[in-house]
Amino acid sequence: MSSKEYRNKPLYIISSLVENKPGVLFRITNLFRARNFNIESITVGITEKPDLSRMTITTRIDESILDQLVKQLRKLIDIVEVEVLDVNNTVYRELALIKIRAKDFTNRNEIINFANVFRANILDIGKESVTVEVIGTPDKIDAFKNLIIQYDIVEMARTGVSALQRGE
Amino acid sequence: MSTLTFTKHIWKKSFLQIHSSLKRPKLNYHTNECQSIDNEYIYEVSMNIRTMSEMSGSKALMQSLEKEGVEIVFGLPGGANLPIYDALVDAKFRHVLVRHEQSAAHMADGYARIKRKAGVCLATSGPGATNLITGIATAYADSSPLIAITGQVPLNMIGKDAFQETDIIGVANPCTKYAFQPRLATEIPEVIKKSFYIAESGRPGPVLVDIPKDVQQEVTDIQFPDLIKVRGYKPIVDPDLSNVGKAVELIISSQRPIIMAGGGVILSGAFSELQALAELIMAPVVTTFKGKGAFPENHPLAMGPIGMHGHAEANRIILEADCILAVGARFSDRSVGRFDEFGKGMNIIHLDIDPAEIGKNKSVDIAIVGDVKSALRTMVKMLSKGRTNRSSDSPWLQRRKELIDYFSQNIKDYPRELTARKALKKLRELLPVDSIVTTEVGQCQMWTSLHFDVISPGTFFSSTGLGTMGFGFPASIGAKAARPNVPVVDIAGDGSFNMTENSLAVSVLENLPVIVFLLNNDMLGMVAQWQRTFYDRRYMGVHQKRCPDYVKIAEAYGANGFKVQSMDELDKAIKSALRTEVATVIDITIDPEEDVYPFVAPGTGLKDMITGA
Ligand SMILES: Cc1cc2nc3c(=O)[nH]c(=O)nc-3n(C[C@H](O)[C@H](O)[C@H](O)COP(=O)(O)OP(=O)(O)OC[C@H]3O[C@@H](n4cnc5c(N)ncnc54)[C@H](O)[C@@H]3O)c2cc1C
Ligand SMILES: Cc1ncc(C[n+]2csc(CCOP(=O)(O)OP(=O)(O)O)c2C)c(N)n1
Ligand SMILES: [Mg+2]
Repeated sequence: MSSKEYRNKPLYIISSLVENKPGVLFRITNLFRARNFNIESITVGITEKPDLSRMTITTRIDESILDQLVKQLRKLIDIVEVEVLDVNNTVYRELALIKIRAKDFTNRNEIINFANVFRANILDIGKESVTVEVIGTPDKIDAFKNLIIQYDIVEMARTGVSALQRGE
Repeated sequence: MSTLTFTKHIWKKSFLQIHSSLKRPKLNYHTNECQSIDNEYIYEVSMNIRTMSEMSGSKALMQSLEKEGVEIVFGLPGGANLPIYDALVDAKFRHVLVRHEQSAAHMADGYARIKRKAGVCLATSGPGATNLITGIATAYADSSPLIAITGQVPLNMIGKDAFQETDIIGVANPCTKYAFQPRLATEIPEVIKKSFYIAESGRPGPVLVDIPKDVQQEVTDIQFPDLIKVRGYKPIVDPDLSNVGKAVELIISSQRPIIMAGGGVILSGAFSELQALAELIMAPVVTTFKGKGAFPENHPLAMGPIGMHGHAEANRIILEADCILAVGARFSDRSVGRFDEFGKGMNIIHLDIDPAEIGKNKSVDIAIVGDVKSALRTMVKMLSKGRTNRSSDSPWLQRRKELIDYFSQNIKDYPRELTARKALKKLRELLPVDSIVTTEVGQCQMWTSLHFDVISPGTFFSSTGLGTMGFGFPASIGAKAARPNVPVVDIAGDGSFNMTENSLAVSVLENLPVIVFLLNNDMLGMVAQWQRTFYDRRYMGVHQKRCPDYVKIAEAYGANGFKVQSMDELDKAIKSALRTEVATVIDITIDPEEDVYPFVAPGTGLKDMITGA
C-alpha cells in the first residue's frame, strides 16, 4: 500500500479500558502486528480507577475491517472495554512540541504570530530556534506544522490522541 | 497446616478476624528475600491454634490441579521446575515422563480432545519451554484446551539473561489464549483456577502458566478461592433467540439447505443435536476436515468433508445449495477455497461461539453467536413444532444420491494391489467403531479424510489448523490415557512418524498402547505431490531412502513391529495388533507416486476441483 493510499483511509479513534498491569500494552500492540493492522498513535494513562488504564488508539483502516479489529481487541482478556468513538461526538486532543529553526528576528516574529493564531504557546526561544507547544485535534496540529514547515523543523514530538465521549 | 501461636485475648477473636489480620510475608522483588513477618499478633507461646495451610508454591500448584480434577500430566523436568517435580512425588495424579517436551504438549492435547477438558503438560524453563511451543501453537490453531506449566528462572534473575532464561510469555503470546506469570506463591491457586476457566470455556485454547523457581519454593499461607472473576472475559454461550428464529425461518423457506459442520460441533459435543437437526430438515451434511466425525459418516445424509481434499460429491453439492448452515466452522481457506466465490448467491447462516469469527473470512446473512449445543437445541425445539415436512426422497436428496453414484463410478483407484485407500478400507472393516483414530500430516491424513469413515461421532481428531507433523502419535497416546478401554490408532506417514517416534518409549513403559498405522511411501509424500504437480517433478528434499527400518525401531523400544506388503499381511497385522494390546507399528509399503485426489489447488474455488479421474 502506498503511503498516499494509507493517508486516504478514514481515521478511527478506539478507546479502551485495560487492566493496569505489566504486559498489557505488549499484547495489544502484538495483536496489531500479527493481524496486519497499523497503529497511527497510541496513548496510555491511568484513569479514575487505579486498576484500570485508558488506552486510546488511532488507526487508519477500511471501515470493513474496523469491526474485525474491534472484535479481536475485545477477545484480549486484559481488555475490559473497547469502543470506537464517534468523532462527531467526542472530545479529542493531541499535544505537539515543535522546535523550529529561526535564525533571525523576522523569522522568530513570524513564528510567534503563527503560534498566536493557533493559540499555541511558546515554550522556549533560543538563538537559533523557537519551541512551540500546540494542543488540538491532529488536523489542527497538521495544519500548524504545514504552515511552519517553511522554516525547517528541527525536532517534533507528538503525544498521540487522548479522547473521551461527550456527555455522560 | 501450620501451627501459629497467639496470645489469649487475640485468640478470643473470631477465626475470621484473625485470619484476615494475618499478613503474608512480603516478598521483595529486587532482592528476592522474604522480609520478616511484620505482625503484632504472632508471638509468644500461649495456645496453639491450627489455622491456614502453610505450604510451598509447588504444593499449592499440586493441590490446585487436584481441585480441577486433573488425573494425569505429561512432562519432563529440569533445573527451573525441580520444586514442582518434588511436589509431584506426593501428588494424587499420574505423571507421564516424555522423551521430548513437544510430545508432552501433543499428549495433553490428545487427552483434551477426547476428554473434552483441559490437558496438562509440564516443562522446565528455556529449551524445555520452547520445545513446548509447537504443541501449544498446534492446540491454539485447533482451539484445544491445554494448560502448559513451565518453570522460570527466579524472579531476581529475570531479565539478566540467566542460564536457561527465555521470555516464554513473550514467545507464547501469539499462540496462547492467555499467559500468566504468578509472582507470589499465594497467587498460584487463583492463577490455576483462572487458567482452567479460560482454557475450557468459550472458544477453548491453550493457557501458559510460567512459574519462577523461587515462587515454586516460597512457603507461605495459601488460600484456595472458590470463585474467580475475569472481568475482561465474557464468553457468550446462549445465543440471541431472535437470530435463531430468523435462521429457522430461512432454513424452512429454502429448497436446498445444507449443513456444514465444523470443529465447533466436536468441541461442544453437540452430536445428537446436530443429527436431530439434520433429520428434521432433511439436509445433507458436509463437514470441514476438522469437523470430520461430527456426524456419523455412514448416515444417509452424510457427505463427508469438503475442501482442498474434500470428497468430490461434498465439494459439488455445496455449490448447488441455496442455504448453507455453517455450524462451528470458521470458513478456513482449506475448507472453502476462495472466500469471494464460496457461497455466492446463497444464504449463509453462521453459528459460532467466537464473535470475531463472524465476518472474518466470509460475510454472512444471519449470524448466531453462541454455543453449538445450546443453539442447535433451540433450533430443533423451534422446528419440532411441526413446521417442516421434508421427505427423504425430495429432489434435493435425490441429487445427493446422484452425485455420490456419479463420483463413486468415476474416480479410479490407483492400480496397485496394496494402496492407501485399500489399506484404510481394511482398517475400517476390522476396527471396532468406538475406536479412536488420529492422524499425522500429509497424504496419509488426506487419505484418511477421504477413505476412512468415522462412524461414532467424536472419535476422530487430527492436527488440522497448523498441520503439525509428529502430532498424531503422541496425541494418540494422550487419547489412550483419556479412554483406555478402546483401541487407539494413529494413521501415520513415514516422515511424520519420524518426528516423534521416540514416544514409543512412553507408549510401552506407561502401558498406553496404540497402533501406528504407517502408510509408508518412503516420501514426504504431500510435498512430493506438490513438486510433481506444480514444479514439474523437480523433486528436492522429499526422499526418505528407506531409513530407518520401522520394524526395528518398534522392537528397539519394546513394541511390536510388522512389515506389510500385501493385503493378506495387512489383515493379519491389524488383527494381531488389536488382539495383543501392545504398542504396535504396522509398516505398510505403498507406492511413492500415489497422489491424493480430489484436489482443489490453492487460490482456486471448489468448482475448480480436479478429480484425478
Ligand atoms: C494437509 C492439510 C489439508 C487440509 N485440507 C482440508 C480440506 O480439504 N478441507 C477442510 O475443511 N480442511 C482441511 N484442512 C484443515 C484446515 O486447515 C482447517 O483446520 C479446518 O478447515 C478448520 O475447520 P473448522 O473451521 O471446522 O474448525 P476449527 O478450526 O476447529 O474452528 C472451529 C470454529 O468453531 C468455533 N467454536 C468452537 N467451539 C464452539 C462451540 N462450543 N460452539 C460454537 N462454536 C464453537 C470456533 O470459534 C471456530 O470458529 C487441512 C489441513 C491440513 C493439515
Ligand atoms: C513440522 C512440519 N514440517 C513440515 C511440514 C510440511 N509438510 C506437510 S506434509 C509433509 C510430508 C509428510 O510426509 P509423511 O509424514 O511421510 O506423509 P505423506 O504425505 O508421505 O503421507 C510435509 C513435510 C509440516 N506440515 N509440519
Ligand atoms: Mg510419507
